[in-house]
Amino acid sequence: MAKKKFVVGCFDDEAVLFPAVKKVRTAGYKIKDVYTPFPVHGLDHALGMRETSLHTAGFIYGITGTSTALGSISWILAKDWPLNFGGKPHFALPAWIPITFELTVLFAAVGMVLTFCYLCQMAPFVKKHHFHARATDDLFVMVIECTDKTNAEDLKGFLASSGAVETDIQVAEDGWWLGRYDRDEVPFQKNQTVAA
Amino acid sequence: MHLKYESQLREPLVYGEKNYHQVTEDIVRPIEAKPSKLWYIGFYISVALLLFGVYSIYRDVTYGIGQWNLNKTVGWGWDITNFVWWVGIGHAGTLISAILLLFRQGWRTGVNRAAEAMTIFAVMCAGQFPIWHMGRVWMAFFVLPYPNTRGPLWVNFNSPLLWDVFAISTYFTVSLLFWYSGLLPDLATVRDRAFTKLRKRLYGVASFGWNGSTKHWQRHESLSLVLAGLSTPLVLSVHTIVSFDFATSVIPGWHTTIFPPYFVAGAIFSGFAMVQTLMVIIRKVFGMEDYITLGHIEAMNKVIVLTGSIVGIAYLTELFMGWYSQNKYEGYTFWYSRAYLFSPYGWSYWGMMACNVLSPQIFWFRKMRRNLFVTFFMSVIVNIGMWFERFVIIVTSLYRDYLPSSWSVYYSPTIWEIGFYAGTFGLFFTCFFLFAKYFPVIAIAEIKYVLKTSGESFKDNMGKIEEQTMEEFVHDHAHH
Repeated sequence: MAKKKFVVGCFDDEAVLFPAVKKVRTAGYKIKDVYTPFPVHGLDHALGMRETSLHTAGFIYGITGTSTALGSISWILAKDWPLNFGGKPHFALPAWIPITFELTVLFAAVGMVLTFCYLCQMAPFVKKHHFHARATDDLFVMVIECTDKTNAEDLKGFLASSGAVETDIQVAEDGWWLGRYDRDEVPFQKNQTVAA
Repeated sequence: MHLKYESQLREPLVYGEKNYHQVTEDIVRPIEAKPSKLWYIGFYISVALLLFGVYSIYRDVTYGIGQWNLNKTVGWGWDITNFVWWVGIGHAGTLISAILLLFRQGWRTGVNRAAEAMTIFAVMCAGQFPIWHMGRVWMAFFVLPYPNTRGPLWVNFNSPLLWDVFAISTYFTVSLLFWYSGLLPDLATVRDRAFTKLRKRLYGVASFGWNGSTKHWQRHESLSLVLAGLSTPLVLSVHTIVSFDFATSVIPGWHTTIFPPYFVAGAIFSGFAMVQTLMVIIRKVFGMEDYITLGHIEAMNKVIVLTGSIVGIAYLTELFMGWYSQNKYEGYTFWYSRAYLFSPYGWSYWGMMACNVLSPQIFWFRKMRRNLFVTFFMSVIVNIGMWFERFVIIVTSLYRDYLPSSWSVYYSPTIWEIGFYAGTFGLFFTCFFLFAKYFPVIAIAEIKYVLKTSGESFKDNMGKIEEQTMEEFVHDHAHH
């Protein structure tokens, strides 16, 4: 994978982040992503992202589960091997509702989680470049991809003037690969251990 | 941008002067510190119980379930009692994380992670009972509908026992996915501040490479919301289906149409009690008093008094119908086998009434709801009561059936039935001790999300907002 150059600006308050996102976008820079320690509502819209369609996928998986259950049970009990349970009808729809419901939920949940992992390229042993180790702790890390025309030093200054507490230029692989996080530098000193 | 405002009248969800980093520190500290002596003692006791359970099961498989005191009418005894008891406990976690998410109950953030873990471990314990009760457990896969060379001969899809197979396994799978997908960002937090290579590697694998991208968070939010929407009817369906195991039969005391709501209320009741037991301990041992506040404890006690009273109404309804139906078998079961104190099992019925209906009424008093000792004591009492409930339902309906000639002798468990039950306690607490040591017991990202609206030190800003005029308010908040 090709390495690319990024300008990184770290913010420590979401109230500063939002106007900064607006300023950076108005100035014509393309924000690759903002890495945040928790879901910041409205940030996706501020970045111009479209809504996710994950829930639509979930609906389709659910319907698949419903039809799998109804199809299999009705074929098994009414066609393949009809059994007489106390003279009741072979096609006993009310008695099949529990299993149909359970399979609907099961298919939807499993399918959605797998789709989520696929879309986000997430799996055990998957490794991605981390622009700042505190992005999962207390920093909101804005990453801007440099083009041929970008003056990275200017952009750093611009981010700092927009309220970034830390700015940085990084050359990194964009995307994911199989790797190990323990090969990174250790960013934190050993913490004071307190007996729990 | 979504408005960061919450009324000052609401109790803070997070106490103390906190910032985002402090939240991480507080919650990850127990993972990074060496466990205390108490942890080791608790863990070893749990493992010992688990081993006793394994030995009991080993004997049951070797010699058959003749090891148990089941007899010709009491075909379900301690094992199915314990199954229903554990499944019931396993309802609180998903209820807290799913239903309270849909109801926008902010206080769930402090307790949902540990409650979900508890749910998963409780369902694992519950699953043991029907599996080993099969006796010839190597044939367990016969409950699955798969094409086979015996016809193919299929399972009976009209049977509640098969519905149970699907319900419990679906519930376990979905709860696990819900719990683990919520854990991913927090595991990444632990990974990114790890100070040993091994720790960084293990949490790196466990966190699936999570990096906190805005797009990923957007999908994660969508996933959580839909999983919550799916889990809400699921959690209600599971105990409903468990109650169908009884309600679709023709045994007096079992074929009752109120069973589904009655079982679901009882499940929530016992599940919240178990959450309380664990939370009171966790907040003390790990010093999480700022996150699992008295407000959280009080909210759960309110659920306990509500569901306990629903269960109480169900008991009284059953008694009334036992008389009103004028069915002599029903009347005998309800008014002799159960409600008559001096019948062979009368003690269990009145134990149930005392533990489940009378004692939780203490939570009508705010002081009691916020008293940790009372909460802990009551949480144990409620779970004893809920065990009695399942025992009453199963055994008092079975030990005397329609024919007096086949009435059974007094059923009491053997040491191997008790050992099996003790073993599931071992399994549950072994898992829970490991969880508390290696996973963040509180959802870090979710606490950070509510920190600036519900944190104690941020509540002052809310006062300023409340004093603003409409023009100032719009001016301050409309620019995003």
